[in-house]
Amino acid sequence: MRLLTNTHIQFIKLRYYAYILSLLILIPGLIAIFVKGMNWSVDFTSGVALEVNLSPSDESLPPLQIDDLRKVLEDNGFEDAEIQNIGDVSASHFLIKGKGTAQGAGDKIIQILVNNFPQYIKGQDLRKDVILQVNEVGPKVGSELRKQAIWAVIVALILMIIYIWIRFELTFGIAAIIALFHDVLCIVGIFALTGKEITTEVIAALLTIVGYSINDTIVIYDRIREDLRIYRKDPYQVVFNNAINKTIGRTIVTGGSTLIVLLALYFFGGSVIHDFAFAMLLGLILGTYSSIFVASSLVVEYYHVTKKERSSLQALTSKSQPKRR
Amino acid sequence: MRNISWRSASIFIFVLATLFFLAPMFIPGLPGWWGEKKIKLGLDLRGGMQILLDVDTSKLSAADAKDAVDNAIEVIRSRVDQFGVSEPTIQRIGEKRIMVQLPGVKDFDRARNLIGKTAMLEFKFVAEQNEAEKVITALDNYLANNVQKYPALADIYKPLKTAERDSAKADSLSFSGRDKIFSSLINSGSSGFTVGYEDADILEAMIKDTTFTNNIPAGYQIALGQENKKDPKADRDVYILHSNTELTGEYIDNAKVNIGNPNSGDPSTANKPYISFKLNREGARRFEVLTGNNINKRLAILLDGVVYAAPVIKDRIPRGEGQISGNFTLDEVRDLVIVLRTGNLKAPVTEERTMIVGPSLGADSIKSGMMSSLIGLIIVLLFVVILYKGAGVIADIALLLNAAFIGAMLAAFGAALTLPGIAGAILSVAMAVDANVLIYERIKEELNNGKTPRSAVDAGFKRATVTIWDSQLTTLIAAVVLYNMGSGPVRGFAVTLTIGIIGSMFTAIVVCRAMFDAFVLKSNKTKISI
Repeated sequence: MRLLTNTHIQFIKLRYYAYILSLLILIPGLIAIFVKGMNWSVDFTSGVALEVNLSPSDESLPPLQIDDLRKVLEDNGFEDAEIQNIGDVSASHFLIKGKGTAQGAGDKIIQILVNNFPQYIKGQDLRKDVILQVNEVGPKVGSELRKQAIWAVIVALILMIIYIWIRFELTFGIAAIIALFHDVLCIVGIFALTGKEITTEVIAALLTIVGYSINDTIVIYDRIREDLRIYRKDPYQVVFNNAINKTIGRTIVTGGSTLIVLLALYFFGGSVIHDFAFAMLLGLILGTYSSIFVASSLVVEYYHVTKKERSSLQALTSKSQPKRR
Repeated sequence: MRNISWRSASIFIFVLATLFFLAPMFIPGLPGWWGEKKIKLGLDLRGGMQILLDVDTSKLSAADAKDAVDNAIEVIRSRVDQFGVSEPTIQRIGEKRIMVQLPGVKDFDRARNLIGKTAMLEFKFVAEQNEAEKVITALDNYLANNVQKYPALADIYKPLKTAERDSAKADSLSFSGRDKIFSSLINSGSSGFTVGYEDADILEAMIKDTTFTNNIPAGYQIALGQENKKDPKADRDVYILHSNTELTGEYIDNAKVNIGNPNSGDPSTANKPYISFKLNREGARRFEVLTGNNINKRLAILLDGVVYAAPVIKDRIPRGEGQISGNFTLDEVRDLVIVLRTGNLKAPVTEERTMIVGPSLGADSIKSGMMSSLIGLIIVLLFVVILYKGAGVIADIALLLNAAFIGAMLAAFGAALTLPGIAGAILSVAMAVDANVLIYERIKEELNNGKTPRSAVDAGFKRATVTIWDSQLTTLIAAVVLYNMGSGPVRGFAVTLTIGIIGSMFTAIVVCRAMFDAFVLKSNKTKISI
């Protein structure tokens, strides 16, 4: 079975449509980042996040309503607490978050729950069944982690640009990194738009996507480099376009198999892995798209503007010539 | 041929190492040095807690500061050992941080208390009534002019608001403004001072605030009594003490848990758990002199600045034996004994970050993590076979070998498997498909160009290898950066991703090639199933 054999899609010519599409995602996202700001999780802002299971062992009791919980927490000094249901409403499984609270807030909230909802806790082991997860982050660590996360993304990008510069050519390196920034900004923008939280797992997903997307881009660059040596007479736009077409089967198959795994993680991986899988899914789609439509097109665009294709392509083809038999 | 024998040797080693490190998981009863290398579950899968502590060395000299962190690690380690946690990890992070990981701990509130306690035991005299009144008057005068420095006090000196807050406390409303703020905060009773539960937090914050404590008349300090856990709305005792420390816990020789005789005439110990301690010779001598010279005074016993008891000295106490009684639960007494025995921390520690995972969430995470990974893996394996038929089977063998390799390496390095780690492993398997896809798509292309299977396979591997190196190495860069920035679960993800990338490059480039050579090329087939 062969997917997409001998395609002749005019990717390079379609690039203006791609630019418009990218801007349609990027601009609202960027506006959201600057206007709404990002919803950093307690890992980065400091505060407490608490996951509790308040389903009563006495089944005749109605499930605890989120509004009742909110009211009790408000009355006890946690006016800013955010509360959400995890999973089905009837499961009475809650995530409670207080941002910027003092250390020990987790214990206080638990005490409030014990005092106010004894009927939902009775007959259960508080530490084993009720408290599922507590995460308390102090203010110092919070801001450090945020700095660290931003630095990690930047350092990864710089290292990659250097690698591509050495193995390919600077123009390609810069184009690839712009495509990566595009991916990262789109994802972060979508997170800002939807108000979804940026957790450490999401940052991990972002970095993985950076790795995945550059992988995709390099496969295409690699083919361009090879074909430029073989089809010396063809205009470079045609070589670029054919290289993308020749690798499109591989791009789809690899993307497909990664997609399968991510869908499995997204649907069956449980609440903890959910956001991670969501960020990865977004990144997979964007990363694949940007490798096909953005990364190579930007090089072409650069040549259009500067007319420096000659020296650049020469530098590229002189590098790393595998011995051919 | 030299080339091929080198290759078979490396495959042999790869498979052998994988089997070696996986064996302990499947074969029970292996000798210790071998059998103990199993995959450890991370905190998020096993349940337990992780605390990042910051040692506050701001009040110490540089030399003492270094000692203080070492001392803290040592003290915390012995506390954790006495508490009874299996496989705890206590490590220094950076200059003055300590990471404590306690897998499988269920009593997290107790463990937390135990670790974070400075355990500074001090004995101080309670000020006489007339002295105490002078201190209170001085503080009233000070606050009358400086109340704006303490926003928390704002609603206490506004009579209207106070009335709204608590009409039962009407007597404290008799003051007309700001001249008796401090005395209105505390209540004076026959046996000393107390503070209402709603004001206890305000007072507690104030006595930790140095701008306030610097204005307490010299030679005195204010301390709160123990919190009443059974009745959180009960008043808390307030003590006005002489700030001079008469004796500290450094003289403690031993401490024990005791349960008072139910028939004991002393209500503070009857049928209740309490702590008895014994001072060493030097401490005992000092204690004897101290008690002998101060009969009928109240001696307060403070632990970390909180007064646990303030008994009246009835007689000279020889031999340095004493007891601390209070409203303790048995667990509390046990924990206090541990901290008294292990000594106090030279500098206070604060929790910077605490993660607690309950055992049931951990169990759920394992289940869902494993299930989603299995589902993903099976579909990917099927997908590859459907796409590439016979060659797909070879790729699948390589993928499974890679998955086994990830498990083996996790066991070998003693790295903990976390939930993001599972995700990283399965993701790297999916991305490992990429190496095979690159090779196979290339072989197909070469076949389409009319090459024989043999030269198509040859050219496919050769060309794809360059691409695989370039593309996987960049992913490796991301994984390494992730490892360096990450902590806990994220780090686990980076580890499995890295192992996965290395494994996938080896299995795709070397192992698959060997299988191709064995099945396809040796038989000189004219067609290959791809």
